[in-house]
Parts: sequence; C-alpha cells; structure tokens
Amino acid sequence: MGAEVVIEGLSKSFGSQPIWRDVSLSLPPGEVSVMLGPSGTGKSVFLKSMIGLLKPDTGTCVVNGTDIVRCSEHKLYETRKLFGVLFQDGALFGSMNLYDNVAFPLREHTKKSESEIKRIVMEKLAMTGLSGAEDKLPGEISGGMRKRAGLARALVLDPEIILCDEPDSGLDPVRTAYLSQLLIDLNAQIDATILIVTHNINVARTVPDNLGMLFRKELVMFGPREVLLTSHEPVVEQFLNGRRLGPIGMSEEKDSATMAAEQANVEAGHHDGGTEDVRGVVPQIQPTPGLPVRQGERRRKDRVMQILHTLPPEAQEGIIESLSPEEQQHYGVRPHQLVGAGQHAAGGSGGSTVPLPTEHHGELPAEEVANRPGDRASHGESGQHTDAQWWSNQ
Amino acid sequence: MTTAAPPRKIPGLGMLRETGKLFALGLDVARGFFQRPFQLREFIQQAWFIANVSILPTILVSVPFGAVIALHLGTLTRQLGAESFTGAVSVLAVVQQAAPVVTALIVAGAGGSAICADIGSRTIRDEIDAMEVLGVSAVQRLIVPRVLAAMLVAVLLNGVVSVVGVLGGYFFNIILGGGTPGAYLASFTLLAQLPDLWISTIKALIFGFIAGVVASYRGLNPTGGPKGVGDAVNQSVVITFLLLFFVNFILTAVYLQVVPPPGS
Ligand SMILES: Nc1ncnc2c1ncn2[C@@H]1O[C@H](COP(=O)(O)OP(=O)(O)OP(=O)(O)O)[C@@H](O)[C@H]1O
Ligand SMILES: [Mg+2]
Repeated sequence: MGAEVVIEGLSKSFGSQPIWRDVSLSLPPGEVSVMLGPSGTGKSVFLKSMIGLLKPDTGTCVVNGTDIVRCSEHKLYETRKLFGVLFQDGALFGSMNLYDNVAFPLREHTKKSESEIKRIVMEKLAMTGLSGAEDKLPGEISGGMRKRAGLARALVLDPEIILCDEPDSGLDPVRTAYLSQLLIDLNAQIDATILIVTHNINVARTVPDNLGMLFRKELVMFGPREVLLTSHEPVVEQFLNGRRLGPIGMSEEKDSATMAAEQANVEAGHHDGGTEDVRGVVPQIQPTPGLPVRQGERRRKDRVMQILHTLPPEAQEGIIESLSPEEQQHYGVRPHQLVGAGQHAAGGSGGSTVPLPTEHHGELPAEEVANRPGDRASHGESGQHTDAQWWSNQ
Repeated sequence: MTTAAPPRKIPGLGMLRETGKLFALGLDVARGFFQRPFQLREFIQQAWFIANVSILPTILVSVPFGAVIALHLGTLTRQLGAESFTGAVSVLAVVQQAAPVVTALIVAGAGGSAICADIGSRTIRDEIDAMEVLGVSAVQRLIVPRVLAAMLVAVLLNGVVSVVGVLGGYFFNIILGGGTPGAYLASFTLLAQLPDLWISTIKALIFGFIAGVVASYRGLNPTGGPKGVGDAVNQSVVITFLLLFFVNFILTAVYLQVVPPPGS
C-alpha cells in the first residue's frame, strides 16, 4: 500500500511575497488526488515543499511518520526514496541519453545487474511509448517526450508516492488520455499514492479520487472529487468550465470593475470563453481490464461513506449514483433520497447554503471500514455544513 | 532560510547570509571529499575539461609574466649592484607569487565560469532538484568532483607556470638582458628554498578549491531564469578574484612568519 501524506498548516513565502498560507490536507494511501489551480498560484512550489526541496515557513508534512519539513538530512534522503517525482518540464539530466536517465535511479540505489536494469528500463520506456528513443539526448526530443521520459524515470523504483507536475501540459489530447489511463493502471498495479498537479479539466474530472484547488494563496477545497465537481463555489465553477466570467482573471485576481464589465458583455451576448457546461460528476477512469481492482478505490468508498453525511447534498447524490446497486445496498443508501424534491431543486441557486439532510448517514459498521488514515471527520451533528466548511472539518 | 518575521532591510545582512551559505557549501564539499562512493568518472572528465580550457591561456600569460618580472628585476638589480641576485629574486617572485595567482585566475576565469554556467543551467532546468529527489546528493555527485578537478588542475598548472615563468625569465635575463647564466642559476638556491615550492603548491590547491566552490555556489543559486545564470557566471568570476587576492595576502603573511628565510 502506498504511503500516506499528512500536511498540516503549511505556509510558504519568498521574502515578503506569500505564496500560500495554512494549507492542510491529507493524501489517503493508495488514492489518486488532483490539485487544480490557476497559473502562478504556487502549485509547483507546493510539490517542491512536499519533498523538502523548498523549506516552508510553518507547518508539517508527515510521510510515513517522518516530518519532511524538520527531519535530519539523512532521514530526508531516506524518505525521498519513497517518492517518484515528475517535474514540470521533465528535469532529465541533459548530459545523459534517455536510457541512462531512466537507469540512473536503479544504478544509484540498487545492486541490480546491468541486464536486469536493461529489462526494467526498456519496460518503463515501452510503457510511456518511448521504445526506440533510448539513445536520444533530452535536447533532441520534443517537450512531450521529455515529459514521458521524466515519468518513466519517476516510476523506475516503484515509488509509494508519485507526484506529477502537470503531466499533461505539452501533450496532445490523445497522449493525455493514454497518460491518464497509465496513471490509473499504475495505481491499480502498485497501489501508490498519486498526486497530480494540472490545469486539464478532463484529467481533473475523470482521473482522481480526490480533488483540490489552490487559489488566492489558499487551498480553496480538498476532498472527494464529487464535492468539487458539484460545487457552487464561484472560483471552482469558473475554473472547471474554463470561463472568463468569474473571480479568476488574467493576473491572478480581478477587481470588481472588471468583473462587472465582463458580466455586462456576456449579458449583451459576448461569448464568455467556456465551451460547454461541464459540471457534474462523470464516471471515473477504470483500470484496463485484466488488471487488479484498485485497492485505493475500495478503501476510498468506505472512507467516503463514513463522512457522507458531512458532504453537501449534490456531492452525496453524485457519490451514491456512482455506486453499484449492490454497493448501495451494502452501505444502506439509495439515490434521489436525500432531500425533499422541491428543496433540492431550489438548491440550484446556491448549493452551499442548503441545509443538509439528516436522514443520510453512511451506515457501515465501524469494524467493516478499512483503515481510514487521517480521518478526523466530525461525526453525528446534523449540521449546517456548507461545502467550504466541509473542507475545514475534514 | 526565509523567516516569518517582516523583512527589514539591514544593510550588509544579505551579504553576510550569502557568505555564510558559501562557507556552508565549502564545508559540505570538504566533507564530501571523504565520502564514498567517489565519482571518479565525473572527476576525470571535469579535470580533463578544465585542463583543456585553461592550459593554453596559462602558457600564453605566463611567458610575458616571467619576462616582465625578469626585465624589471634586471634593471633594478643592476642599479643596486646586486646582479647576482637576479635569478633568485625572479624565481621567488614567479614560484611563490605569480604562479599560484595566475593559475587561479585562469582556473577561475576559464574553468570556474564553465562550471558555474553548467551547474546554473542544470539548476534552472530542475535537474539538481530531480537529483536530490532521487535521493542522490548533488553536492556529492556533481560539486565535489568539480572542485577536486579544479584543485588538481590548479596544482598542475601551477607547475607549468613556474617552469615557463622561470624559463621566460632566464631567456629575457640572459639572452636579452645580457646576464650571465652561471650567476643566474647559482643564485637560485641563495634565496629560494624548498618550502617556497610547497607554499606555491598549497596556494594553488586552496585557490583551486575557492574557485570551484564559488563557481558551484553561484551556479546552485542563480536568481531567476537563464539571465540569472549569466549574471551568476559573471559574479562568480569577480567574487573568486576578490577572494583570491585576499587569501593570497593572508597566506603570504603567515608563510613569511612561519618559515624563516634562508641564511637567518
Ligand atoms: N525560487 C523562487 N523564488 C522566488 N519566487 C518564486 C520561486 N519559485 C516560484 N516563485 C514564485 O511563486 C509563485 C508560484 O510559482 P509556481 O511555479 O509554483 O506556480 P504554478 O502554480 O506551478 O504555476 P504554473 O501552473 O504556471 O506552473 C510565482 O509567483 C513565482 O514567482
Ligand atoms: Mg508549475
């Protein structure tokens, strides 16, 4: 099983420029998470802080019981061996060809024979569609190939945690789809914890178990994918739809005058940039037939059903609908049964203010629940959880 | 690193911090000398590379250097009536002072700038980060062999400069200045002694170390983007030069105190 990463109260600034503040989240072991965020919100900085390349000002990042922020150098190097990291532009070693790049971690950290190394390297290169390019230098291949080679190198030690900084940027849609499938298949095979940073809405909607978003120097949300996908938070809606209309501007924040002007334009018939309405929960990518069932997905189901009553109604609906009838029976839930019909329809104007139903609790007995790391969910209260609050309760 | 306190501008604080980090890297590198596994391949490649770029400029510089010293000394000693000392003094000047400094300037100017540009571009391409994440220390893997290579090449070039400088001095003194070869050679041992050769070598070692560490430090910490790398290269050469002259002064002062001149 992949390792768990628990991040609490992490803040980072460069000199007097704050990047983000008080970020808390936990990556459940073996699950796939995606972090969204407009350009320049510090997603790459966040990934680098998670592996101790940058030192956050405050907070902790605990991996397998080691706090990356404050541990000794020796411990840090040890812990890093659990990680496979794909950097934004591949970060291949420019002086080595692709083969040597991918073989590098094996030669450094294992005592494998050259023939065994060759077998593993060729397998990873084939996996990322780079067979035949192993003699090329990083300077001689395209950006997308560099990225895939970077991924091959990140995977070569069978990491427990995989971090990918924009695996899709610089790739065409077809390759991106293959890459999404590759990551899910990997997750099914080695049960690694995966965190993907991306701008790609399709990836965000179909790949992850958990979805989060950084904006305005804060983590806006982080939780089960259904929560963000059905959220009415303006930033999240705008981002998921790729519209100009909303709080995100060309520079990170918009002033209210610009927003009003854009609103007026749209009302006068000017197109707002979004292509179609892509809200709502869509089915998640499944591992290629023949591969084992994703253990992370199974654990996630138990985990999410435990906190189901704390989620906003639309997210609950999405989660329940994604279950098979047997599963629905197992957990004792049924679709379209959480809210009175009229109330639900009215909720469309602002899901975040609709009171949550009290009747729907995940009814799985505690002993049947797979271990749910980092579960600090508050139980029981029939409360006025909004999706923004939901996150802080998590 | 960065602190949560509101950043106040205290003049000189930034420089102090940089100096501290430079020393920290120097210590890390020194520790790395004794850590296994040693990156032999990288070391040989780098040494070959640095030697390649610096050997020709070194020879080209050291001939006129020896000549200038010889000509100056020639006229000076004649005026003082101490022609017999010409050889001795020119050997002293070349071996003890000129050779290590010339070598170091060239190792820093040709080798150091190349090291800095190389490490700098690796840094901005995230290669260094990638290496660290793969659990390999970049200092151990990249910096230590480069610094060692700079030191080795500095010592070797130091020998070259000494020989070429003394030969150049001999040529100009005897052939052009009209001195007598016998007197020139005989006076070698009058003032010069074996420790002069040692201090010369030690200086070259230390200067090579400084050039390597400063270049690597600036390469590891470029301030933003490819332009930053260019600036870093520039600065690394300037910083190295300043440090060299300062350290040379200290070393010479200490040497003169510790090692008694011959005949006293
Ligand atoms: N080493 C650094 N020194 C100073 N500022 C930095 C440094 N690295 C990043 N920043 C700043 O941090 C902010 C976030 O950068 P980051 O690269 O994390 O953005 P991002 O969210 O990954 O954007 P993108 O999606 O375009 O990759 C930027 O404003 C950048 O200027
Ligand atoms: Mg980025």
